[in-house]
Amino acid sequence: MALAVGCRARPGKGRDNKTGSWRVFKPIFDHNLCSKCGTCQVICPEGCIAEDAEGFFDPDYAYCKGCGMCAEECPKKAIEMKQEEK
Amino acid sequence: MLGITEGSMAVAEAVRLCRPQVVSAYPITPQTHIVEALAEMVANGKLDADYITVESEFSALSACIGASAAGSRAYSATTSQGLALMYEVCFNVAGMRLPIVMTIANRAMGAPLSIWNDQQDSISLRDAGWMQFYAEDNQEATDLHYIAYKVAENSNVLLPAMVCFDGFILSHTYEPVDMLSQEDADRYLPKFAPKERLDAADPISFGMYATPEYYLEFRYETDKALKDAKSAIKAAGAEFGKMFGRDYSALVEGYHTDDAETVIVAMGSICGTVKDTIDEMRAEGKKVGLLKIRVFRPFPTEDVAAALKGAKRVAVLDKNISLGAKGATALEVKDALYGSTIPVYDYVLGLGGRDVRKKDIREVVALAEQGKGNQFIGLRKEVL
Amino acid sequence: MADNACELFDCGHRACGGCGAALAARLMLKAAGTNCIVVSSTGCMEVFSTPYPETAWKVPWIHSLFENASAVASGIEASLKKQGRKEKVIVMAGDGATFDIGMLCISGAFERGHDITYICYDNEAYMNTGIQRSGATPYDASTTTSPAGSQSFGNKRPKKDMPAILAAHGAPYVATASVAYPNDMIQKVEKAINTVGPTYVQLHAPCCTGWGFEGDQTIAIAKLAIETGLWVNYEMVDGQVTKVKKVVRKPVEEYLKTQKRFRHLFKPKRQDAEIAAIQAIADKNAAKYGIDIKLKKE
Repeated sequence: MALAVGCRARPGKGRDNKTGSWRVFKPIFDHNLCSKCGTCQVICPEGCIAEDAEGFFDPDYAYCKGCGMCAEECPKKAIEMKQEEK
Repeated sequence: MLGITEGSMAVAEAVRLCRPQVVSAYPITPQTHIVEALAEMVANGKLDADYITVESEFSALSACIGASAAGSRAYSATTSQGLALMYEVCFNVAGMRLPIVMTIANRAMGAPLSIWNDQQDSISLRDAGWMQFYAEDNQEATDLHYIAYKVAENSNVLLPAMVCFDGFILSHTYEPVDMLSQEDADRYLPKFAPKERLDAADPISFGMYATPEYYLEFRYETDKALKDAKSAIKAAGAEFGKMFGRDYSALVEGYHTDDAETVIVAMGSICGTVKDTIDEMRAEGKKVGLLKIRVFRPFPTEDVAAALKGAKRVAVLDKNISLGAKGATALEVKDALYGSTIPVYDYVLGLGGRDVRKKDIREVVALAEQGKGNQFIGLRKEVL
Repeated sequence: MADNACELFDCGHRACGGCGAALAARLMLKAAGTNCIVVSSTGCMEVFSTPYPETAWKVPWIHSLFENASAVASGIEASLKKQGRKEKVIVMAGDGATFDIGMLCISGAFERGHDITYICYDNEAYMNTGIQRSGATPYDASTTTSPAGSQSFGNKRPKKDMPAILAAHGAPYVATASVAYPNDMIQKVEKAINTVGPTYVQLHAPCCTGWGFEGDQTIAIAKLAIETGLWVNYEMVDGQVTKVKKVVRKPVEEYLKTQKRFRHLFKPKRQDAEIAAIQAIADKNAAKYGIDIKLKKE
């Protein structure tokens, strides 16, 4: 890979860094309790929570760092942080 | 068009002809006439630029970074304390490979405070990665601005340039200068069209940080670009010569060097005084010559070595000193002549506006002939 | 309004899990959209988002130095004006870069009236270098350069009032916001971007690593800051305070006890005088901005 003149880059390579490997706790989303409010998607610092076709939300585990903010802020307590089996 | 004009005015007009879109200016003696002239040009519609009256020199160059990265030809001018305040930014500009051109009206560094000429200011930034051009007279100072932009914006170079001319000695004196027409300037210097710029249509991140895994390679590439710029400078200088009759294809220029026994090496306006002295000494039968260095960065090591190889002795004049060691030119010349037996004698003179006269040059030649170097010229013994 | 599905701050960045600043960057970009150019100062956000060759920024972005983001932004704004381009110029800088080392440049840029939006993500210390005191560090917070010890209760000075300083420069719109209320933040950033002239939004972005709390508490703690009156969410239009977020106020202790940086006020011994001094700061804020919801009719 040739070095970019001036230490510059176009977007894209950032996604090579799979921050999901940082996790200790994993958020498990229960769609039965979910009210589709979208709070989790708004407040995730990674922006890795996406809405599916039915309007429910799920994180992209390749990037989810397991910070737990979504579980803390979910008004329906539909997200549970579980220690991950490694 | 030929006319008698003040050095600062000639430089301002050359800058105007280069059509910068953004000019950022902070006043500092002796550059003020340049930025004042540019402001007047903008106010009267003669220069179509956004003129930012920044709050310090640090901001002046920083604003140029933004403008250049966004795709505008950018310009600023400074000297001495102002250039020193830009120290951090200078490294940043070169590392970010932005083709900004800046005029330096060379002035001494304080303390003690001095508004008068020497070359310590720009010389002290020779490490930063900028091309450095030193003008002998106001014609050169003017012409070097077109050439500087052309080379800086060359896609194989993409490095900033300082065009240095001696404060007061050149900036505030009236000399005959042949100005290009706008048409000629446009023919020589096309519109600035960088391949990469800050643009929502093609988002790029500028100025990322480099871990130890990459930093060494970035520095290598920048150094290579600066060294390779020698050929771009020569080509741009030759093209200027072809189009307008004044050739700038050489990084160094010999004056009576072919058969010279003593060759003086110097930069800037002092070369005029040296040439006058050489004319007198030649008439007396003395074989003295001058090697004028016009491009200090990238340093023309090979050209200097080739030009000096026939000399019996070399006398380097420095209007600067690396305190605790020597003048910068002397160190570079010694490096260029490494391995040869030609003695190189170094002299520091003209600091803080101390006038350099023909008799000082004669003293230098005499000292060199006696094998005495490594000293200041013109010290007032009664004051010490 | 912001598009929830569009993410202009890419995954894979290296912010700590639970980072308030990362959330602020994401939300800011939702307000800004694609037609912008972002200027970052050196700091956490710049470092966690752009280790060559990885970048999280899907908009044009530039980082120059620690203190000159406002000057770089001024140059970009001037260039775009000359080119007839319409991208919005947005600075995103931390509190250290804004309150301290960048004062020269931000003052100059605001005095000259450039059409830029300056967003300060305020995590109340120099976090990227390991949690040192800045002009934004609150009274009695322990940092590595204002540590609590046997002879000290931590930072001795109150927060510098940057919004007031910039309003005094004639900024047409100045606001404070918090990651606690994301929609409010997005609205204020949008308003700042769409107001012509130099505008300023200061975002409270709690830092779990620097303040000493678990990463999942970022929003909860940001809310407590507002509910105790130690952070006030307000807007200033042409120098006059307009909208203020009102609260039913909680005692400052509820906020202080959640963070390790204030632990010395409780352990080994409870420091009543210091807690009272901090309460006084909150009371002063409440009076100055009128944040208290009056529960009873007089």
